[in-house]
Amino acid sequence: MQRFRLGLPFALLSYFCIILLYAPSVAVVFFSVNDTRFGLSWRGLTLEWYRKLFENQYILEAARNSLLVAAVSTVVATVLGTALALGLSRFRKPGALDLFVNLPIVVPDIIMAVALTMAFSLLRAFSSLFDMGFFTLITSHVTFQISFVALTVRSRLATLDKNLDLVARDLYAYMFYSFTRVTLPLLTPAILAGAMLAFTLSLDDFIISFFTHGPDSVTLPIFIYASVKRGITPEIHALSTVMLTATVVLIILVERLTTTLGNRSRRVARKRILEAKALKEAGAAA
Amino acid sequence: MPLLSKDFWYTARGDSIRRRSFTLALVLPGMLCLAVFLAAPCVSLLLLSLATRGEFGTIHWTTLTLENYKRLIGFNLFGWSPDFLFIMLRSLREAFATTLACVILSYPLSFFIASRKSSFARFVWLILLTVPFCTNVVIRTYAWQLILGPGNPLARLASFLTLQPPGAPLYPGLFAVYLGMITTFLPFTALPLYASIERLNWWLPLAAKDLYSSNWLIFKQAILPQTFHGLYVGVIITFVPAMAMYVVTDILGGAKYMFVGNIIQHQFSQARDWPFGAALSLALMALTLISFWIFKTSRITRQGEMY
Repeated sequence: MQRFRLGLPFALLSYFCIILLYAPSVAVVFFSVNDTRFGLSWRGLTLEWYRKLFENQYILEAARNSLLVAAVSTVVATVLGTALALGLSRFRKPGALDLFVNLPIVVPDIIMAVALTMAFSLLRAFSSLFDMGFFTLITSHVTFQISFVALTVRSRLATLDKNLDLVARDLYAYMFYSFTRVTLPLLTPAILAGAMLAFTLSLDDFIISFFTHGPDSVTLPIFIYASVKRGITPEIHALSTVMLTATVVLIILVERLTTTLGNRSRRVARKRILEAKALKEAGAAA
Repeated sequence: MPLLSKDFWYTARGDSIRRRSFTLALVLPGMLCLAVFLAAPCVSLLLLSLATRGEFGTIHWTTLTLENYKRLIGFNLFGWSPDFLFIMLRSLREAFATTLACVILSYPLSFFIASRKSSFARFVWLILLTVPFCTNVVIRTYAWQLILGPGNPLARLASFLTLQPPGAPLYPGLFAVYLGMITTFLPFTALPLYASIERLNWWLPLAAKDLYSSNWLIFKQAILPQTFHGLYVGVIITFVPAMAMYVVTDILGGAKYMFVGNIIQHQFSQARDWPFGAALSLALMALTLISFWIFKTSRITRQGEMY
């Protein structure tokens, strides 16, 4: 594609957008190293709030909860979402099933939160497992993560050569072998990208967690929200800075991972196809 | 079974039971999870909205009435006051304005990114858009309180221009809500739009220029229809969550700028009036779907689809 030249107004507007997008984060970082408990004026550099952060029992517990919920729900959602994507790709016309899978993406957060609350309160009549707590929190996260994982894996499956599977079977690789040696390696970048996306979504989710968490399972976003309501302390700025940094690192990792793995798996796929063809021709000749 | 075609991949009618049950086993767990925790309760919201609230927030299923919907359109003990309708219309208006502002900002931004020469520069700009897309909405929103706080440059400027008394913060208020909304949703609109601008066929606008068409006509006839797919996705993923926004209006809006999302949350927590909350949720869904349908059948959309 040929590149084109744009006037100064375009550049100015773009930089203005970036300033708008980053002003809040910069403000948080700025106040997290500001040596004043109250007020909003600059009093000099300090790392006091970061030290306090790692001494605060509640924050540490919330961080542990967040990571635990994100890790468990990501593993479950990745397995279920990948299976769902694989199964759906075997239907010639998924039709209604398609709509169903995309439900968590199109339904607004708050309505999903309401629906989950409803489901748990009805199921509570049958089992105390559905009392608000870790189990309900993880279940609700899995419910919305599944579609995002399935979406990522399906977009990769769509570009996959379906004949590869056939070629593998032609060479006497049965279902399990063909899946673990051909399909799965080709899907790995998409599965990892989907898992990373699910992990970020879980860490960042506020509204759904807010509705379905219990007193023992307060996550970081809920903790920050509660502190905003109570009155913000500088420790919260420090905590937010740590979370922002973690997000940036995660995103850059995802980008690096998907591009390098994508390139590698394309190379591997090409090699496998050539190998398979050569083998077949050898077989035909013999 | 046709060999050496991708038909082999799909499950077909003549397949063995083993193959078909394998496909089913792949789909079933995920589908079950979505059905039990999302689809079924969404449907049961309909039933819940017809129930009535008991004395201590309990739900009476036995007497099904349309009472909640009557209350929604403004009938109460003291006659008619359309408070809830006003809040719904306000959410609609503000979500529309946010989407419009995001689209207006996204076009020049996406064109600017697409016009960068080195692929590394484009990559950096995209990362710059993706990071706010993934950072926590609670953090980004409360951070605006810091920026708009009393004594900070923006608040001082506003007092200097006599827009507000000195020493007062710029939040809660409509300005703060819009600022929060636009910065939350700008990446949602810009990223899909960029994806389609990147793939633009530039021969079309060049041909239009050769035929002496004006800049506006070039944009309208040769560029806009080509970017339609990205615009469509961007508008949907901006408008739907903007309608249901809860965090931004709660932290930056205060009681005067509540959205539907805030009242729904209120019904399910402090007020403990689930049936009315369910009615509000359904109304929100209906409103979203209707505005969607209007957008889908509008002139610009039909033009884009024709292309």
